[in-house]
Amino acid sequence: MANGKIKTLVFTRFERFWHWCQALLIVGMMFTGFGINGAHDLIAYEQAAFLHRMAAWTLMGLWVFAIFWMFTTGEWKQFIPTVHKLREVVRYYSIDIFNPEAVHPYRKTRKFKHNPLQRLAYLAFMLVIMPAIWGSGLLYLFYNDWPALGLQNWSLEPVAFVHVAAAFGMLLFFIGHVYMVFTATPVTKYLHAMLTGYEEVYPDDSETGVKK
Amino acid sequence: MYGIGRRRTAVFASFVALLLICFGNAQAEVKNSTADHSKFKELQQDFKTGPEVTEACLSCHTEASKQLMQTTHWTWEFDHPKTGEKLGKRNVLNSFCGNVVSNEPRCTSCHIGYGWQDMNVSSSEALGEQQVDCLVCHDKTGTYSKFPTKAGHPLYEPTNVNGKVQMPPDLTKIAQHVGQTSRENCGACHFYGGGGDGVKHGDLDSSLTNPPKSLDVHMSKEGANMTCATCHNPDAHNVPGSRYATKVIDKEGVDIPTSHYKDHASCDSCHGDKPHKTKEKLNDHTDKVACQTCHIPEFARGGVATKTWWDWSTAGKMDENGNPLNIKDDHGHITYMATKGDFKYAENVVPTYAWFDGQMNYTLRDEEINDQGVVAMNTFGGSANDPQSRIWPFKLMRGKQPYDTKEKHLLINHVFGKDDASFWSNFSWEKALKFATQKAGQSYSGEFGFVETTMHWPITHMVAPKEDALSCQDCHTRTNSRLAAITDVYMPGRDHFPLLSSIGWGLALLTLVGSIGHGLIRLISTKRGGR
Repeated sequence: MANGKIKTLVFTRFERFWHWCQALLIVGMMFTGFGINGAHDLIAYEQAAFLHRMAAWTLMGLWVFAIFWMFTTGEWKQFIPTVHKLREVVRYYSIDIFNPEAVHPYRKTRKFKHNPLQRLAYLAFMLVIMPAIWGSGLLYLFYNDWPALGLQNWSLEPVAFVHVAAAFGMLLFFIGHVYMVFTATPVTKYLHAMLTGYEEVYPDDSETGVKK
Repeated sequence: MYGIGRRRTAVFASFVALLLICFGNAQAEVKNSTADHSKFKELQQDFKTGPEVTEACLSCHTEASKQLMQTTHWTWEFDHPKTGEKLGKRNVLNSFCGNVVSNEPRCTSCHIGYGWQDMNVSSSEALGEQQVDCLVCHDKTGTYSKFPTKAGHPLYEPTNVNGKVQMPPDLTKIAQHVGQTSRENCGACHFYGGGGDGVKHGDLDSSLTNPPKSLDVHMSKEGANMTCATCHNPDAHNVPGSRYATKVIDKEGVDIPTSHYKDHASCDSCHGDKPHKTKEKLNDHTDKVACQTCHIPEFARGGVATKTWWDWSTAGKMDENGNPLNIKDDHGHITYMATKGDFKYAENVVPTYAWFDGQMNYTLRDEEINDQGVVAMNTFGGSANDPQSRIWPFKLMRGKQPYDTKEKHLLINHVFGKDDASFWSNFSWEKALKFATQKAGQSYSGEFGFVETTMHWPITHMVAPKEDALSCQDCHTRTNSRLAAITDVYMPGRDHFPLLSSIGWGLALLTLVGSIGHGLIRLISTKRGGR
């Protein structure tokens, strides 16, 4: 192609399956979770709690596969954080993006498909929000087994606090993430890539945005 | 897995066997009993009095009276094993009729003996083995009744009662038709506590004699058709189950037939602590929430109202003709009686809920009270941190009682009797209280007033069908949670973190507005660039 990009399978079938299942489960868990929390009355507590538990177990199962996939394919390396070109990317999203002539400063390739801002956001998602929500969520799930686990002196209140706080973190991530999907040119380019798996990226042997 | 399955099957089989034993006995006493009492020589007599019948009973059932005289039904005394308080009807005060002492022949009409006239003398000192009333519990004809003012005796001759001649029960026929206790037998006293049908307990009234399944799944003929004694299964005439020391949990687990005696007077004696098969999450609640809390969504559901307010302070008003004033409401309930004061009633009552460890403390006649507030006539222990406690439903009885304004204690009252001092004869608090306190040996300054009181009655009967049990959202809700008063636990759905919620939703809104703003600027700049 003229600009040097090649249409490449960037998101494999499993990755897309994982992403969209996780998206569905997380949206469902936010809906049921904030229902349990009492923020809305759109679903009865009993059904909300049941669906929330079921979704939690399903998501845990999905994660087992996802983690296996990450390590067997080496795709986990896509999430290693970097500050290289971070300033340019931040500048692009905060200023240059409003200039229709501006081009995204990151040269995306198959092996380096996430820009430094994405890497940081996803890493925070996976290392801060997720552990907080899973840790507190598992404690919540096994509340009745606390005495057997030696936690009889723990109180549910701080666990619930962490869980709800992490859920708000998830909500913020979700809003930002959904918005960022539509910052592409054309606007549905990223969404299309996540649905079909294919995107025009630079070949890996070209000069990439990240130091090798 | 195989082993667990077999154990479950064994437990289930034992349970079925247990049920068969229970119901088999209850239903088949006519068919299956090896004894027909109408054929007994000892009972072919013209019995004139209750004690004569008892004497005949004892000629075969030689130990029966000895057994009975050991029980609370007889002694009306209960030495609390935990608190050490001396309780029992002989000692306690309640916020209904108040106290037994000085009102004996009326109150002791529900004593299981014949002729206990004086609370100052113990029943075993006052009465002998022949004075145990076998018939009130074992009559199968439904015709035996103790007369309300004869200290436990039935009528022995035709008597004019309020202008109608009431015939005495046929003691010979009754003696020849005795058997195991039924709901009617127990109900004859226990349904009418507090001076009338359903007045006292709220979960015990005449509607339980033959209840529909919607009222009581265990005792309904459409349900398990149990009797009181199925759960309150006596051991040598000692009936288990107590409101002074309630068995909140049965630590021995599901009962199976064994050689040693085991009472069933708690839900988990038969149902265990994991009774929910389809909604297993509910089993996670049994260590904190009593079965009764969800499965008795309301009490006084059988069409009989229970008293919720009894204000003695207003008693004694006369009408314009100088006769004792009585007022009825539109439902036919008496709301005022000169003899008793003001009443309020309620049906289908939502219980109040509290942690309960089963240990009742009573405010006894010599205990100092704080008359500046509402006096609790009984209190109990329990908390979220106590593994023995459960969240339990209660009937909250409120009212006003006489008390000594100088010495700050509740006062014994004398209401019944044809003497000059009784309140129901003379409507004089001064005379009634003076007489009663002297009779009871209670210290009294002579100055009295009325103090507002509360009294908690644990609810445990009238178990509803499972469809009618509470649902999760009856408690797990921010508004009108049934458990709003249980404040020492965090409850999802009921509790939340207002500050965290404000910050969380605030940030979410900012993120959303920021995204939309960012998007709008992009849109505008793209259009401009496009031109």
